[in-house]
Amino acid sequence: MKFLVCISNVPDTTTKITFTPDNKEFNKAGVQFVINPWDEYALTRAIELKEAQGGGTVTVLNVGEADTEPNIRKALAIGADDAIRVNAAPKDAFFVAQQIANVAKEGGYDVILMGKESIDYNGFQVHGMVGELLGIPTVAPAMKLDMSGITATLEREIEGGKEIVEVNTPFVASCQQPMCEPRIPNMRGIMTARTKPLKVVEPTADAARTAVSEYALPPKKQGVKLIPAENAGELIKLLRNEAKVI
Amino acid sequence: MSVLVVVECDGGEVKKSSLEVASYGSQVAQMLGTTATAVAVGEATEASLAKLGEQGISKVLYDAEPRLKDFVNGAYTKLIAAAAQKEDSKVIVLANSNIGASVGSRLSVRLQASLATNVVELPKTDGGSFTVKRGAFSGKAFADVTLEGERKIIAVKKNSIEALHEAGKTAQVESFSAQLSDADFADAPKQVVMQDQAGGILLPEADKVVSGGRGMKGPENWNLIEDLAKAIGAATACSKPVSDVDWRPHHEHVGQTGITVSPNLYIACGISGAIQHLAGVNSSKVIVVINKDPEAPFFKAADYGIVGDVFDVLPKLTQAVKELG
Repeated sequence: MKFLVCISNVPDTTTKITFTPDNKEFNKAGVQFVINPWDEYALTRAIELKEAQGGGTVTVLNVGEADTEPNIRKALAIGADDAIRVNAAPKDAFFVAQQIANVAKEGGYDVILMGKESIDYNGFQVHGMVGELLGIPTVAPAMKLDMSGITATLEREIEGGKEIVEVNTPFVASCQQPMCEPRIPNMRGIMTARTKPLKVVEPTADAARTAVSEYALPPKKQGVKLIPAENAGELIKLLRNEAKVI
Repeated sequence: MSVLVVVECDGGEVKKSSLEVASYGSQVAQMLGTTATAVAVGEATEASLAKLGEQGISKVLYDAEPRLKDFVNGAYTKLIAAAAQKEDSKVIVLANSNIGASVGSRLSVRLQASLATNVVELPKTDGGSFTVKRGAFSGKAFADVTLEGERKIIAVKKNSIEALHEAGKTAQVESFSAQLSDADFADAPKQVVMQDQAGGILLPEADKVVSGGRGMKGPENWNLIEDLAKAIGAATACSKPVSDVDWRPHHEHVGQTGITVSPNLYIACGISGAIQHLAGVNSSKVIVVINKDPEAPFFKAADYGIVGDVFDVLPKLTQAVKELG
C-alpha cells in the first residue's frame, strides 16, 4: 500500500510570535521550525501501518522552500521511505491543496494522511480540499485509524463524541491524538535518512484565493487582581458583580 | 442572492454556536443589502427552525431525509451546495466546528469559493475588498485575511460573535430536497458514540470552563474541579500534561495542540501557564488563575488570581457559589 504523508514546517510550540514592523509577515528571525505536531501523528501511524502490512511505502510531501529540508530529512529519519518537496512558499490552503492533489494524482497513493491543521495558520482546510480535488472521501479529524485490506476503520471526533467511519482506499484523513505515540528519530534512522531520495518538483501556477493583509497580537491584559486565599469566596462575588460572568 | 447560513441542529434544537453563525450571517446580509437564508443539518424541529427569525434569518431550508441526522460529509456537502445554488448565494457562513470545517473545505473547491476559517469578527467591506479577522498561530495572534473571488465561505469561531435575539420574529421554514442518493451516504458513520459530559456541558460549546493541571496531583482529586464546574454550570478541561498521563481524556486537553476555547470565564486550577496552554485560552473573556506559586506565568495572563492551595481554595469557591445561590 502506498501512503502519502503531508507535513508542514511550523514554528516550535514554545515560540513567542512576533511580526515584521509593518505587521505584514511573521518574523522568522531566531525561530526554530519543527514538523507540525499534528502531522507527526499522521507520519508515525503511516509507518506503523506499513510495518504491520509487511510492505508498501511511506512518502513524505512538503510544500515549501529549501529551508524546510531539515524537517523533511527528520521525517525520513523517523521512518518514511522517500520524500517530495514542492518548491514553493505556501501561499494559502487552496494553493497547498492543489499542489498535494497534483502529486497524489501522479503517484497513485492509496492513503493520504496529514495533521488536523497546522499550528501556525490553523486553517483546518487542506484535507477537505484535497479530498474534493481528487473526488475521494476525507475523514477529519481522525483519532484512530486501522486498516484491513483496502478498508480503513476510523474514529472521527465530533463535538461531544466520536463516529466510527469505514472507507475504502483511496481516501484522505487528517490525524490527531490519541492515534499513536509519535516516534522520534534514532541514530540509525538519522544515518539512513541522508541517502533516502528527496525529489524536488516545481509547483503548478495555481492562484491563491486568500491573502493576509495584516497580523496583530491579542490585546494585553490589564493586570491581575489578586484575592487573598483566606477570603477566596470574595472571588465569586467579584465574578458575579464586577465581571458579570456568573 | 441571499447570504446562506449553515445551522447545525442536535436533538431537535439549533446549537448555540449556530445561533451565533445565524446572527453573523444576517448581519453580513444587511451589510450587503440582502436577506439571510439558513440551511439546517442534523435533527431539527420546525418550531426551533422558525425561531431562527430571532437571529435575523428570513427563510430556513430543511431536508427531512432521516439519514441526515448524523454528519455525513458527502451528503452534507451536496445539500449545502444545492442550497447555495438555489439561493444564488455569494457568501456562505458556517460554524468553525468539525462539521463546518469538513464541509466548508470541500464546498470551497466545489463552488470555487475562497474560504476563511476561525473567523472572529464581522467582515470589513470598504473599497470593494472583503476582509475578515481570524485567529492564527493557535490563539497567539490574529490575521486580517482578504477573500478573493465572487464566492466566499466564512467559518465563524465559537463564542466570538454575540447572538442576536429579536423576540417574536420568525423565519419561514421551507422543505427542501437536494435529491440525495445512496452514493452520497457512502461515508456515513457506522456508529456514533457520545461521551459522558460532566454536567452535560460540552467543552467546545461551553461559556464557562473550570480546568485543572498537574497541581491537582491526581485524577482522584478531580471531584473538586467537577464540584465547582457543576455549581457554576461550567464544562471541565485540563492541561496537556494531565491528558498525556491519562488523568483526563484527551478531548478535555486545552492548548496549542489540543482544543482552543474562548469562553466568557476560564478558571485555571494548578496550571502554571506554559505558552502552549495560554495559546489555547487567551481569547477567553475573563481568566481566573488559582496557583500556590506566585511566580506562575499564568498570573500575567489573568484578570483575577488567588495565590493559594487548590485543595483549600476550590471547596471555598464551590461553597461561596452555593451560599450566594
